Amino acid sequence: MVEAVAFYLFAALTIAMFVITVMSKNALYAMSSLAAGMIFISAFFFLLDADFLGVVQIIVYSGAVMALYAFGMMFFDTTKDVKEKNPSKKIVFFLSGMIALLLVVILLTPIISDKVQALYPMSDEIGNTEAVGIVLFTKYLVPFEVAAIMLLVAMIAGIILASKRMDESITLKIDQEIEKEQKGTE
Amino acid sequence: MDSAFVIETIIKILIVLGLFSALAGFGTYVERKVLAFMQRRLGPMHVGPYGLLQVLADGIKLFTKEDFIPQGAVRPIFMIAPVITAATAFIAMAAIPMFPEFTIKGYTVKPIISDINVGLLFVLGVMATGLYGPLLAGMASQNKWSILGAARTAIQFLSYEVVTGLSVLAPVMIVGSLSLIDFNNYQAGGVSEWLIWKQPLAFVLFLIAGFAETNRTPFDLLEHEAEVISGYATEYSGMRWGMFFIGEYANMFTLGFLASLIFLGGFNDLWFIPGAIAILMKVFFIFFFFLWTRASWPHVRPDQLMWLCWKVLMPLGVINVVITGIVMMF
Repeated sequence: MVEAVAFYLFAALTIAMFVITVMSKNALYAMSSLAAGMIFISAFFFLLDADFLGVVQIIVYSGAVMALYAFGMMFFDTTKDVKEKNPSKKIVFFLSGMIALLLVVILLTPIISDKVQALYPMSDEIGNTEAVGIVLFTKYLVPFEVAAIMLLVAMIAGIILASKRMDESITLKIDQEIEKEQKGTE
Repeated sequence: MDSAFVIETIIKILIVLGLFSALAGFGTYVERKVLAFMQRRLGPMHVGPYGLLQVLADGIKLFTKEDFIPQGAVRPIFMIAPVITAATAFIAMAAIPMFPEFTIKGYTVKPIISDINVGLLFVLGVMATGLYGPLLAGMASQNKWSILGAARTAIQFLSYEVVTGLSVLAPVMIVGSLSLIDFNNYQAGGVSEWLIWKQPLAFVLFLIAGFAETNRTPFDLLEHEAEVISGYATEYSGMRWGMFFIGEYANMFTLGFLASLIFLGGFNDLWFIPGAIAILMKVFFIFFFFLWTRASWPHVRPDQLMWLCWKVLMPLGVINVVITGIVMMF
C-alpha cells in the first residue's frame, strides 16, 4: 500500500519535472527541474530495494547536472527567457507521433511480461553492492572494461585539448600583461 | 508495517530536527566565542550571562526581519534554494547511527532513522546535493556577486567531490562494507583498532574535502565578504538567509559524526568513557577543529582550491587506494 502510493507519487513528480524541463523557456527552470527529476528517479530504485543504485543515481546525476549549470551560466542569462527559433512543424509532428507509439509499446509490455524473468534476482544472502559487483565483473566484464577504456580516451583527449596553455595562470597575471598579449595577437 | 515502528521513526525524526536546529544555532554562539578567545577579544557579552542568550536574540531578529525578494529574481527558485540547503543537511542525518543501541523499559532503540546498507554513500551523496542551495540562490538572484558565488559553488563542488570519494574508498576497501554500523563494529577493539592508524592519509584528505564541502575557511569561497560581498547570499535576508546557516552548521555536525564513525572509532566505549559520550566528545572536537582552523588560516583563492584538489589531493587519494589494494592482496 505504502509502496504503491509512493510509486505513483514519485512517478507523477518525475513526469511533471521532466515536462517542465522540456517546456520551459527559462534555462534556470529547465536545469533545476532536470536535477529534481533525476533525484526523484532514485526513489524508484529505493522502492525496488536497490539502495546502491539509488544512491549512485543521486551522486552521479547531481554532479553531472551541476556541470550543466556551469555551462548554462556561461552561455545564458539564466534569469531571462531564452528565445527559441521555431523549429519546422514536421519535426514536431514526427517526434510526438513517435513518442505516442513508444507509449503504446510501453503500456503493452505487461501483456508479455510473464515471459520476462530476472537473470540475477535479488538475494538476501549477498548485499546490494556485492551483487552489482559480481555481475559487473563476471557477465558484463567486457562492456565494463570497454567503457573504462572509452572514458580514459575521453579524459586524455580532454586534457590534450585544454593543455596548450595550462601552465599560465590568468589569476596571477597583471592586467597590462593580458592587454599586451592581446595587442600582440591582433 | 507495524505502528510501533512508525511512531518510533517519527519521534526520532522530530528529535533529530529539533536537536540539530538548536545545536546549529548554538554553534554560531560557540563559533563567535572561540574565535573571540583565539583573537584575544571577549565576543558576545551583553545578552544574558556571558552572552549566552545571543542565539535567542539573533533568532528573534532573523524571524522578524522582512522576507525580501528582489524584483529581477526568479521567484520560485530564489525561494526554494535555502530550503534545499537546510533540508538536505537534515536528510543526510537519516542514515547516521549517532549512538549505541539502548533499551527503555525493555524496548530496544536504535539511534538511527533509516538503517540502509549503503549509509556512507547516502550521507555523502545527499550532503553533496546540498550545494544546489548556494548554486540556485546565486543564479536566481540576478546579482553579479551572487552569480560569482554560484560559479564558485560549481567549481568547488566539482573539485572536492572527487577527493571525498577517493578518500573514503580506501577505508571502505578495508572494512568491506558501506554501512556506517559495520565501520563502527570494525573498530570495536579499542584505540589501537581505529582506522585512522591504518589510513592516516585518507583521514587528512577526508577532512580537507570536508572543509570544502561545508564551505568553511580556508575554503569559504562561496561567500567570502572581502571578495564577493556575501556571494550567493547577497540578496537574502531574514529566515531564508538563516536557513543557509542552519544547513551549514548541521553539515558540520554531520561531517563530525562521519569522521568519528569512519576513522575515530565511532560510538565504541573508550577506556572508561561510555560510547555515547565518547562519540559526542569526538564530534565536538572536530567542530572545534573547524573553528580552530578558521582562526588560524587565511582563505585560499578559487584557482588555488582547484590546484590543491586536482593536482595534489586527487593523485594522493589515487596512490592511497592503489597502495591499500596492493597491501590487501598480499
